[in-house]
Amino acid sequence: MGYIFHIIITTLIYIIFAVSLDLELGFAGLYNFGQVAFFGIGAYTSALMSLAGIPIGITMACGMLTAGLAGFLLSFPALRLTGDYFGVATLVFAEMVRVFFVNEEWLTRGPMGLPGIPRPIWIGEGIGSLPRFAVFAGIIALATLFFVRRLISSPFSRALKVIREDEYVAQAFGKNVFSLKLRTITIGSALAGLAGSLWAHYVTFISPSDFTLNETILVLLCVVLGGKGTSWGPVLGALIVMLTSESVRFLPIPAEMGRIVAPLQGMAYGCVLMIIMMKRPQGIIPEHRIRRENAQA
Amino acid sequence: MLRLKNVTKRFGGVVAVSGVSLELNSRGISGLVGPNGSGKTTLFHLITGFYQLDFGEIYYNNMRIDLLSPYLISRLGVTRTFQQTRVLGSMTTLDNLLSSIPNQAGEGLCNVFFKPSKVNSEEAEGLAKAKKVLEMLELDKMATTPAGQLSYGQQRLLELGRVLMADPDLVLLDEPTAGINPTLVRRMANILLQLRDEGKKVFLIEHNMPFVSGVCSEVFVMDAGKIIFHGDPETAKSNRQVIDAYLGRVDDAA
Repeated sequence: MGYIFHIIITTLIYIIFAVSLDLELGFAGLYNFGQVAFFGIGAYTSALMSLAGIPIGITMACGMLTAGLAGFLLSFPALRLTGDYFGVATLVFAEMVRVFFVNEEWLTRGPMGLPGIPRPIWIGEGIGSLPRFAVFAGIIALATLFFVRRLISSPFSRALKVIREDEYVAQAFGKNVFSLKLRTITIGSALAGLAGSLWAHYVTFISPSDFTLNETILVLLCVVLGGKGTSWGPVLGALIVMLTSESVRFLPIPAEMGRIVAPLQGMAYGCVLMIIMMKRPQGIIPEHRIRRENAQA
Repeated sequence: MLRLKNVTKRFGGVVAVSGVSLELNSRGISGLVGPNGSGKTTLFHLITGFYQLDFGEIYYNNMRIDLLSPYLISRLGVTRTFQQTRVLGSMTTLDNLLSSIPNQAGEGLCNVFFKPSKVNSEEAEGLAKAKKVLEMLELDKMATTPAGQLSYGQQRLLELGRVLMADPDLVLLDEPTAGINPTLVRRMANILLQLRDEGKKVFLIEHNMPFVSGVCSEVFVMDAGKIIFHGDPETAKSNRQVIDAYLGRVDDAA
């Protein structure tokens, strides 16, 4: 029973994470390959502050703010680059952040990680607390979806799509391309930070090895599989990806094979990602069904 | 309305636009013609801020604009189209139109979350306007079609529709009739004349001389980066320099 709640909670966290990436990738066309950095910054900020005894509501807000600020600052150098080069810059940034977590031991305790991250008091510890944590995660995920839906049904997201399609046209029709991208990255980073801080308080132990390229690929898979540039695509993608990856544990795999299951899983994700990009780049939910609803409204 | 003073642009050793000075008054349709590679499109890029000048100054309504970013120039009421069609392929025809209104309240995050009524009323206005434009261009059945699926001529019309949505004071059109059939060319001409009658200024690059004679009240002829003629279209056709530029120099002795 506890395991089901574990799946629900990780899925909810990945829904927030995937939605944050979809804003940048699906709407603004910004191929951010370093979204895990902001997830990690949110996780570490909230974990460190709550270990210092600060109430969790405040620490999670600070996790969001710090991640948002990091995204804001990264935008200034990174947005001078376009297309693939922007992707490489974000990839490198994520690696820099991970190396920071590993090496700045005075702050992060390095590879040993941070154990004993507290949870909100009303949730408590142990198996019995999982339903309450699921409700907590559900409320935050719903609030995020509400916020993002508002955003993507607005002219703001339409302007982002203009940029995604053609930056010259965007400029010719009065769109401040830099400012729109900057605001999108800041919001996307803050939401990834929120997902990260929620995750830190759920697993109660984080270490630098939790924030690698693997996590970026996993969240990228959620967005691309579900359908980028849509409101429900990343949600559906996160559901499918998390459910399948967690259900692998129920397969009757002999214990001695356990060592190769994880790498195989990674390879499988990579293959699925490639197949989707080649065969159905629009994902399960294509952008245009959504647009038609909007047009009739 | 628009004044260019000694505008020069170089690409490496090539002088694409060389000391061009011209002045557009605020009414009517002006044409810019000239052989391929004479610098017409570069001049448009310079006026709209997509290229930086090497020398010279550009004034719009007596305000210097040559140091501004393209989006700011657009917000001042200068809208352009591009030589190649540039519709937003995976957005619907309707969204192509709606997104072309500059300075929308709904593009500001504070307005989206804290002033939804302002955003909604602006959207309703935009939608009403877009419907009119769709009808006028006879694209109303295509409103929810991704613009990339429209025919070439329809895409050209949609580009003009975006200009109508932006409602600028000065319209720069880069070869509006390139590659479209004669019926559409006539419709295009009618729309331009209508724009003129509404008091807009239109400045267009065109190779189709009958079209230019039909709609333009004055014409500038460019060759090798310089303005070589300015006057009415009929005189241009008989001007020796213009003929030489277009057809190549004919040796008198031959």
